[in-house]
Order: sequence, then structure tokens, then C-alpha cells
Amino acid sequence: MSAYEAHFRVWRGDVDGGGLRDFRVEVNEGEVVLDIVHRLQATQAPDLAVRWNCKAGKCGSCSAEINGQPRLLCMTRMSVFSRDETITLTPLRAFPVVRDLVTDVSFNYTKAREVPSFVPPEGLGPGEYRMQQEDVGRSQEFRKCIECFLCQDTCHVLRDFEQNKEAFAGPRFLMRVSELDMHPLDAAGEAGIDRKRAAQDEHGLGYCNITKCCTEVCPEGIKITDNALIPLKERAVDRKYDPLVWLGNKIRRREG
Amino acid sequence: MTQVERQAWDVVVIGAGGAGLRAAIEAREAGMRCAVICKSLFGKAHTVMAEGGIAASMGNVNEGDNWQVHFRDTMRGGKFLNHWRMAELHAQEAPDRVWELETWGALFDRTPDGRISQRNFGGHEYPRLAHVGDRTGLELIRTLQQKIVSLQQEDHAETGDYEARLKVFQECTVTRIVKDAAGEKVAGVFGYERESGRFFAIEAPAVVLATGGIGKSFKVTSNSWEYTGDGHALALLAGAPLINMEFVQFHPTGMVWPPSVKGILVTESVRGDGGVLRNSEGKRFMFDYIPDVFKEKYAQSEDEGDRWYEDPDHNRRPPELLPRDEVARAINSEVKAGRGSPHGGVFLDVSTRMPAEVIKRRLPSMHHQFKELADVDITAEPMEVGPTCHYVMGGVDVDPDTAAASGVPGLFAAGEVAGGMHGSNRLGGNSLSDLLVFGRRAGLHAARYAQEAAASGTRPVPDDAQLDLAAAEALRPFSAEDGELPSAVSAGSAAEQPAGPAENPYTLHQELQQTMNDLVGIIRRAGEMEDALHRLAALRVRARRAGVEGHRQFNPGWHLAIDLRNMLLVSECVARAALERTESRGGHTRDDCPEMDREWRRVNLVCRLSDPSAGLAAPTDPGRGQIRLERRETPPIRPDLLNLFEKDELVKYLTDEELTQ
Repeated sequence: MSAYEAHFRVWRGDVDGGGLRDFRVEVNEGEVVLDIVHRLQATQAPDLAVRWNCKAGKCGSCSAEINGQPRLLCMTRMSVFSRDETITLTPLRAFPVVRDLVTDVSFNYTKAREVPSFVPPEGLGPGEYRMQQEDVGRSQEFRKCIECFLCQDTCHVLRDFEQNKEAFAGPRFLMRVSELDMHPLDAAGEAGIDRKRAAQDEHGLGYCNITKCCTEVCPEGIKITDNALIPLKERAVDRKYDPLVWLGNKIRRREG
Repeated sequence: MTQVERQAWDVVVIGAGGAGLRAAIEAREAGMRCAVICKSLFGKAHTVMAEGGIAASMGNVNEGDNWQVHFRDTMRGGKFLNHWRMAELHAQEAPDRVWELETWGALFDRTPDGRISQRNFGGHEYPRLAHVGDRTGLELIRTLQQKIVSLQQEDHAETGDYEARLKVFQECTVTRIVKDAAGEKVAGVFGYERESGRFFAIEAPAVVLATGGIGKSFKVTSNSWEYTGDGHALALLAGAPLINMEFVQFHPTGMVWPPSVKGILVTESVRGDGGVLRNSEGKRFMFDYIPDVFKEKYAQSEDEGDRWYEDPDHNRRPPELLPRDEVARAINSEVKAGRGSPHGGVFLDVSTRMPAEVIKRRLPSMHHQFKELADVDITAEPMEVGPTCHYVMGGVDVDPDTAAASGVPGLFAAGEVAGGMHGSNRLGGNSLSDLLVFGRRAGLHAARYAQEAAASGTRPVPDDAQLDLAAAEALRPFSAEDGELPSAVSAGSAAEQPAGPAENPYTLHQELQQTMNDLVGIIRRAGEMEDALHRLAALRVRARRAGVEGHRQFNPGWHLAIDLRNMLLVSECVARAALERTESRGGHTRDDCPEMDREWRRVNLVCRLSDPSAGLAAPTDPGRGQIRLERRETPPIRPDLLNLFEKDELVKYLTDEELTQ
């Protein structure tokens, strides 16, 4: 493949407003969208703001929207677009813009603090923990999360309704509750913490209507809806009736 | 003086990777109010990139393991240049640091009897690396992040404020350590918020550097943009010396294709779990590269190497698992000899060694990375790999027990930014354990130091003049001459005419990376390093004119212009020390001095700022440079630790004089 010139439209602006700017920029074999953003910085727009770190899909920093789809810039290859396609880059829509492609994601850090932490079991010292692989595997899937917040961005409960942010933690942090609830040695119960009730009452689990949008955008391929959210709804059910659990069961049965 | 926001804390930690977060946890638990400052978002530090595992001699998989064996492996890996006391503390304390993570919620992969599983790695005699698939660094950073949150929750319950005693200032960059008016003790830090561009000053008697490495000075690197040697440079500028800066680890296996991902790490676990290296002739060439010092410890045939995975007690390990410096040099030689892969690397193959499902389970992120970025299915075909700049062994000269930086009261350093622990070459897996062991120690001793300062009423006050200078320095890119983007200025004319046109910081950075990669890279020669020093001097002059467009709000061009100062300082340290050390050892290979020399083992090269009082007035004479080198004798290894080795082995490293003492 030879180099070619691509047409990019990049949102530039800040909290006071902005708009899409057109760029013509060189593209070489094997490049990803983040490479193109870096080329724009180096040659045409040195102050173009973007977050990035690892450039290998491991840190979850370079989240943005590519042609309206929440994606990691570093894991989106240019080869998925045709050469004459205009590629539009915009910041995550669910969060306030700081500048250009950078948004204020502090909402997520606020929500993270509202989930009670792992409670170590009484009577087991460091080095005495014994757990089977099949028992830790379930929570391990959720711990693959790189906190790119694409699931938070795409979830329409947050994306389309700013007022829901107060009551709804979003898929990332409901999954965190589920992860702790499935931890083989978490002693939250003994400490008087009811993670299932908290998921319903404090983190807004009931707002989730399992459309699986979060699962679709997850760059780690975590089955957020099926493996974290629906089981959490199921376990919460003896405490509170939720019609969506019934629906969730139907959907899962159909897949199986 | 300049109007900047000022706050007062007891301990400031710069960096929120494994070392920084572990230090912050310790300082907070010791009762001190602790501020963590990091360049990225909380939880994105470079530690997330660590893949293979944490080395700790828990003995869960092979009961023969203990701290003495781990100590021995570490010293061998570093070719005995390691500070023996750091290697000792590290080997002794690593298991406790790993077990502690479990009590904070970490979920490592398990053995059949439910304990933490441990995997093989280069240079480690037994399976020793606690891991989570190939995303161990993510587990480490998330666990520490969540522990910080849990401490904040405790503080919230008690005071109503999550940030009463532990606060993370994310997306902030520190540009100067500030001292008291006498210029003796640490009094705080000066920095800017990346988001707004606003300056801030934090007063604190104790500052812990935990900023990681310097890889962004090289073109092909596994390191992220954050690795601009900030802590190394901050220490130098504050008057603290660096040691061992000539030792830079080139990880043997980085991606080589496509060009945009060149340098991205391919975990050593691929080899630890059975992956083999082959050249274009299909030969497992590592058998030809076992150096004399390791001859007795590695398999001499493919059959023996293969048997070792199942029966390690009666076979020797395959040479693919030699320490990283050996493997990187071997790959370099094969490519040079014309036996490389199509894109200038060699082949790393697991597809013929393990079933596809096992590969996907044990190496999920490698599978994903190659599929997504290179269209390579590692369960069906080999990867192409080559060396990539990965880690700097050199760093701040510290006291092994307290992590205190030499000569600057109140300054501490832990993790990659500290020197000594790994000698001339680090073993895989010893980095994550280093972060935890010395991060904890740095946090503990910084807290004690701060407590004493408070108790004796001698909290140092930051010197206003230094704060003003720091603000002026940070603003300089906005007042660079002209504002035009780069024009070619030759080094000579730049030296004579400091007031040339403004320079594009991105261009300067690319030239710096090319210089270090080509002239002070994996294989070094005196003439090339001298050339590099000249080029660095010219770049330094031009960097004074690095100019930026736009304003201070989240402006990456401005950030890079400021970071260039640090990269140029550490690059000069690397080049000067590498030119001085006329031998080859670990992460320092001289084509013109290919042998390891026992006399050089007794020498640490110490880098200091040549004119600490110069401040903004960096010398414009390119020949002068900013770094002064000194030789210092390494401390003698304690006899009981020496007794852990056979005499036959020691004679390869120690001088006759040392052996008879």
C-alpha cells in the first residue's frame, strides 16, 4: 500500500464552543487514527489537544468518537476506511468538552469513589488467601477494564439525559459492583454492606435496560451486559422486583 | 512574585505509577497528608503497560525458591553492578508486597491449590512471576488506585472530605523542585495544570520522585509520551546526582511492523511460556549466543530446552530465556548478518508450540495486539520482533534503605527513576516488585522526614525567587522569537546567533530521538557518541527557541517544549556516561570495547549538573555541556551475600583483589 492523502474533519474548540475543521493529511501503511492526529500536531496544528498514553490499547486514554462511533484512536486502523472517505473526529459526547478532543471525565472518578471498596476477610492474613481459578475468572474478566469510558459515553442513559448522571453510575461502575460482588473473598456482607441493594438503590441499576450498547463498544471485549449487569440484576431481584431481569433472561436464553 | 495557586501538604509524590501510588499509600497510612501529582489521568500511568508479572520468591510453584535465589538471579542479571543492599531488600520484601495486594482486592491467576500462580521468565531460576494473563501491570495499577480510593473513602467517612489527607492532582506537570532560600532543603514543587495551563506551587518538606523512565528520548521505544525523564532532570536540577545512566535496556522483543507500531512491547511471557526465536533460515539461533558466564546454566540443545518446560529439575532452561541484554544483542547480530525477517526483525513463534486456545488464554493481549495492529494471528503464524528501548537502569543515587536522594534533604526517589537496584541490566518481572518494595520505603521515609520537620518546627519555606524563575522558564516557549515554524538552522550559526527563528518542538524532539537511537543505541562506538554529544549541544541551543502557538489551555506543543529540557539533560547523561565506560556490560554494549572488564565493576559513573546555579542561563557554548561526570567506587558486597555464590562464578565478575579481601 502506498501513502495517500486523507480528508479529516476534526472538532476544534473549547467550553465556549467550536466547530469541525478540515485537514488534508498524509496516511501511510499500517497507521491508526492516532498516528494521523499526531501528524496533524507535528505539521499543521501543534496545539491540537488529545489524550493518549500507551498507543497499544492498554491504558484507555485516547477515547474519542470517530464518525460518531466511540472508539480508541490508537486501535482504529486507517485501513478500515476507504481512501476517499472523510473521517470525522469529535470528543466524547457524554462528557463536557475541555478542548478539542479532550473531555472532562471527572464524572467517572466521582462515581468510582461511591462504590465501597473490597473488604478483606477477617482472620486471613497476607499470603493466606486461597481461591480457585474458576472462581476468580469471573471477576478477572471485569478487571480487564482499561477505564476508557467508551461504555459510559455510549450508554444512552448518560449520553442523552444529563439529569441521569446524579443517580446512575453507568456500566463501568455497575460492573465494578458486580466484580466485587463476585470476588470469592469479599467480606462486604460481614461489614454490613449489601452490594446488590446498593447497585439498585445507590448506583441506579434499574436505569439500565440492557440494550448491550456498552458491550458493543468495549475495546477489551468484556461482556458487560451479559456477564456483569444482568447477573447483578438477577441477584438483586430477591430484594426488589425488576421487570428487566425477566427480559434479560429471555434474551440470554435466545442466545444460548 | 508571580501569582500562583499555593497549597501546603506534608508529602508530595510526583508520578502515579506503581511506585508513586505505593509511596502515597504508605505516607498516608503513616499519618501524613499526601498529594500525588501525575501528568496523565489517574490510573493511566505507564505501569499499565507491564505485561509479564511481578517477581517474588513466594515458592508457590517451585518450593526451592527463596529470597537468596532471587537475590542471586538479580545480581547475575545486572552483572554484579547492582547495589547489593537494594537487591537484598528487594528480594526479601517482594513476597510481602505481592501478598499485600491481595488484601487490597487484586486477583492474580491461581495455582491448582488456590495460591498465586507464578510463571517462568528470563534470568529467573524458578517460576517466580505472579501474573494476571499478560496484563499484570493493569492489575497492579488498578489495585493501587482502588486502595487509594478506599483510603479516601475512610477519610470521607471521618471528615466529610475525600481529599482531606490524600489527593491526586491529575494531568499536572511538575517543572521544578523548589528549595528553601538557603538552597539546601526541599521546600516544595512548582508545576502547571495541563488542562488550564495555570501554575501552582505546593509547599512540602518531602518530595518523592516516582516519574519512571526516559524512553521518549529514543525513536524506537516501548515507552509512552510521559517517559521524558522528568524525575531524572528534576533531581539533577535540584542538585542530586544520577548514577549508572549509561545502562539502558533494549527489550529484545518489540513489534517491528507496521512502522506506526514499531517498538510496542511484545511480552517476555511469550518466551517464558514456550515461544522460540528463529532467524530467516528457521534456526533457533539463541543456542549460538550463550555467553561464557552463563554456559553452565542454559540448555545446549533444543531437546534439552524443550524438556525443561515439563521437567525443570533435570534439564536446563532454553537460551531464549537469557537476560534481556543477551537476547537483544543476539537479535541485533542476526539481523546485521542478513538473517533477519522481511521487516528487519527475527521470528518469535508460539503458534507451533502451543494449541491456539492456550495461546489465547495465556497471552490474550498479545493475541489482540497483533491481530488488531498488524493483521497477524499469533496462534497460526510467527510474530516479527526486534529490540526496542524499554527501561533505564540508571537513575537518582539513593540510600538503599530509605530511598533518600544523595545530598538533597527531603528528596526521595523510587521505581525506574531511582538507580542502583538493577545494576547494568534489569530482569523481567523485577520492575513491578521494585516499584512496590521501594515505593513503600520511599513513602515511609518521606513521611518520617516530614513528621520530624513538623515536630521540630523547621518546615522549609519555598524561595520566592526560585518560584519566579520557574514561572519564567515555563512561559519561555510563548515568547520565542518570531513565531514562525521551523527553518533549518545549522548548529554553528545557532551558537553564534542565539536569537534565531522559533523552533518547532515536535521537530526538535524527532531529531533528538533519531540522534539517540542512531548514535547511543543498542550498540555503541566512541566516535558516534562524541558525534551525539555535539548534536545534543546544538539541539540544546535550538531548544531554547522552541516556540508554540495558541494559548496555555491543554496545549500539547507547549508541554513538549517544556519536556525537551528534561529529555536533553538525561540524553546528555546517557551519552557522556556511555562514552566514559570503556567496556561492555548489561545494557551498555560497546563495539569498540566488547569485553566485560572486572575493574569497571567497581566503578559507578555519577552525573551532576555542571553549574547548578545557572538556572535559566543554560550555556550557549555547545562544547561545554551541562553534565559533569565523576567516578565513584562501588560499595563492597557484604561477605554473607557473596557466600551465596560459588567462587567459580565470582571470579568472572570480581577482581582478584576483591576476592581475597
